[in-house]
Amino acid sequence: MDILGHLNYWVVVFLMMTGFYVVIASGNLVKKVVGLNLFQASVFILYISMGVVTGGEPPILRDGTDVYSNPLPHVLILTAIVVGVATTALGLALAIRIKEAYGSLEEDEIHLKETEGLNDTSNHSGESAGGIDG
Amino acid sequence: MSDPILIALFAMMILIALAAIRLSDLFAVVIMFSIYSLLAASMFVQMDAVDVAFTEAAVGAGISTILMLATLVLTGRFEKPSTHKSLLPLTVVGLTGAVLVYGTLDMPLFGDPNSSVNLHVADRYLEQSSTEIGIPNVVTSILASYRGYDTFGELTVIFTAGIGVMALLGIGVRGRRK
Repeated sequence: MDILGHLNYWVVVFLMMTGFYVVIASGNLVKKVVGLNLFQASVFILYISMGVVTGGEPPILRDGTDVYSNPLPHVLILTAIVVGVATTALGLALAIRIKEAYGSLEEDEIHLKETEGLNDTSNHSGESAGGIDG
Repeated sequence: MSDPILIALFAMMILIALAAIRLSDLFAVVIMFSIYSLLAASMFVQMDAVDVAFTEAAVGAGISTILMLATLVLTGRFEKPSTHKSLLPLTVVGLTGAVLVYGTLDMPLFGDPNSSVNLHVADRYLEQSSTEIGIPNVVTSILASYRGYDTFGELTVIFTAGIGVMALLGIGVRGRRK
């Protein structure tokens, strides 16, 4: 077990877990999305670090160089970055709608409103419809 | 991985990530994420992934941050202080991290040219793409030609997400409703 040879994986695991912690421990939905993005950026580093070749150059062909880093992880991560932004946009749009419907982005308050609505069935339909229409 | 630049960047990323956990001002959290993305982009330059670096800097640190800030304008800047106990999340995160570290123990060493990642198709792309595709940037050759279907799938995902966002936010309908 080579400590320096595996250090990149361990730091990446630590960074991934900080993102994961934000996702599960934070009550605010926007902060959860930020945590998801932290996690995601760490996974990108994991992939790119696996494609590194010692003494290699960036994979742009030119004379006088024989050793290049592996271009395949780069392509996969280019795709992943763009898909990541698409999912972030969708998550944030959902957060905006939830804020409109419930007046809050905190998990506790949303849950409270949900249970109140279930207990008070007579007002439930009118309230929720009014909330969604803003 | 004895490169001091990478180690310094990793140390800064750890500090930024911990700061993002501690802060409850969401504006500051989003800016921390932006810095984190930019540090990741610097790291990609150092790891020879220049195409990924500028995409991460433009899309990750740029567009994502703008989307999050725009959301904060609509939803409010401050997070309510958490009343949850942090013991359970810490346990889950610690266990998951331990399992992942255990999983990395038989991974190839950093920069090993003979690891299985670097032996499979990468050589063929590097050797043949200049004659088959004819452009020097191998990443572009793979992205647009060898793995063109991947890129097409990516576009489908973005299109679907775009439609989803429009449906959720009711762009074009909203003005009339109010």
